Amino acid sequence: MSSLITLSILAILVLYLGLYKAKNALLPATLLGLAGALVLAVLEWNGGAQPIYSGMMLFDNFAIAFTTICIFSTMLILLISKDYFESISEHVAEYYTLILFSLAGILVMVSYHNLTMLFIGVEIMSVSLYILAGIRKDDFKSNEAALKYFLMGAFSTGFLLFGITLLYGATGTFDLTQIRDYVIANPTGISPLFYTGITLLIIGLCFKVGAAPFHFWTPDVYEGSPTLITAFMSTVVKTAGFAAFLRLFLMCFAPLHDFWMPALLVISLLTLFVGNVTALYQHSFKRMLAFSSISHVGYMLFAIVALGVNSSNSVFIYATAYSIASIVAFAVLILVKRQTGADNFDSFNGLAKKNPFIAFTLTVAMLSLAGIPLTAGFIGKFMMFSTALAEYHIWLVILAVLNAVIGIFYYLRVIVAMYFKGAERNEIQSSSYFNFVLGFSALITVVIGVYPGFISSLF
Amino acid sequence: MENVTQALQGVPLNHYILLSAIIFAIGVIGVLIRRNAIVIFMSIELMLNAVNLLLTAFSVHHNDASGQIFVFFIMALAAAEVAVGLAIIVMIFRNTNSTDVNILNKLKW
Repeated sequence: MSSLITLSILAILVLYLGLYKAKNALLPATLLGLAGALVLAVLEWNGGAQPIYSGMMLFDNFAIAFTTICIFSTMLILLISKDYFESISEHVAEYYTLILFSLAGILVMVSYHNLTMLFIGVEIMSVSLYILAGIRKDDFKSNEAALKYFLMGAFSTGFLLFGITLLYGATGTFDLTQIRDYVIANPTGISPLFYTGITLLIIGLCFKVGAAPFHFWTPDVYEGSPTLITAFMSTVVKTAGFAAFLRLFLMCFAPLHDFWMPALLVISLLTLFVGNVTALYQHSFKRMLAFSSISHVGYMLFAIVALGVNSSNSVFIYATAYSIASIVAFAVLILVKRQTGADNFDSFNGLAKKNPFIAFTLTVAMLSLAGIPLTAGFIGKFMMFSTALAEYHIWLVILAVLNAVIGIFYYLRVIVAMYFKGAERNEIQSSSYFNFVLGFSALITVVIGVYPGFISSLF
Repeated sequence: MENVTQALQGVPLNHYILLSAIIFAIGVIGVLIRRNAIVIFMSIELMLNAVNLLLTAFSVHHNDASGQIFVFFIMALAAAEVAVGLAIIVMIFRNTNSTDVNILNKLKW
């Protein structure tokens, strides 16, 4: 809880720093504040959490784990933002503030104990992101991304709200525990309003996390937004969306598994195929990453399809592996784009000769996203598949493995371009911030891949 | 106030649900078929207002104030969304002199 307060105060503080033209203090102050929030969150681990503020929020281990990974990923992203915002505009402090406010919304999303807070958290996060997506005011692509994101975000909020309202109509409460008690107390006589409400909530949440067939806005928004914001949206925001999704289903709807499971099963498979097959045909690395993020949503949905005690753990590991690998991919993309001005696969040609370190970290990240053993991505996929197998979804796993094979093709394309295609290019000058983020993330990816024990039994 | 509540409770709950569902559906159809960003935006507001109406009806039905509190939250956040959304639409209008969403087709494979 104290980390949420810290973040909100920090965001306002950063605005004041911008007001007094303390440009050099922005990044250190933000990182320091984030580190403080991270420590405060970790300190509450196993603290015997009780619902606070009249049952509005619950800072349990689930919330703390996802808070930690979200703050950590944001810190990595802000480290590579050095000199990035300055090149877009002179109002740098506002960007940091918006990212921090969005992060505050994310903290509410992962720790809600009342559907009101779910709605408020989603909105705090989204409203900041609409602005961030449109940061480049003169760039038409960025404008388009902002409008599409805004219209789709507001549209899906409508579905989310209608779903919440119908749940309220059936149960007379917004509290997660009381909704669960209602479901348990009426095993046969559940009102049809409740079922309609669950369906609308699934639609709304699938829009938010970008699952097919509600994914069509994702590639456009991810491609049009500035790369750093795309990195934030496809890692931190996606993790938070899944945490909110999972929290609701674990706490409230688990007894109604038979009702919503078939729908989510179909959505999950559709997401996998749409994401992977479309990613194969992309020429732009950034757009490929957008489709790959859709396909990873499909894998993460497994945990909700096969809801059980291991679900939160497997989503946590998968989200960690995916976030860290994606941050590396986007960091390298920023470097390459700064040099060549393009983001297609050909601009990676011959990178390994000139920048062996950058090429190596990108290789580790790509292998992790593809799910090759000895990387974190493999552990994530392994946990997901074993969760699904425990619930006897054998066909689901077979089709998912098929998709993982398709995935290897397009992830390897960039590795092939870096190592086996020659091209005249100059060495990329990367700052020490970039080198630190790349090296550190690659290290974490490998460490989780080799010693998964310390993270795989958190809950 | 007591009379108002009683009068509201006189209307069967199903009528409110039906009315809200119809308004919500009009909003959804509006978002899907209209091509002007501002009209789409108004349709989204219509969806949110359908939700507000239904929440109030349920709140009276359950004799529970939390539904009405939720309506205040929706109104406040809808206002925040209007501020940001209109700013985005103005930004696009400045660059393209149009609010038609069909011209937003630069991002394609």
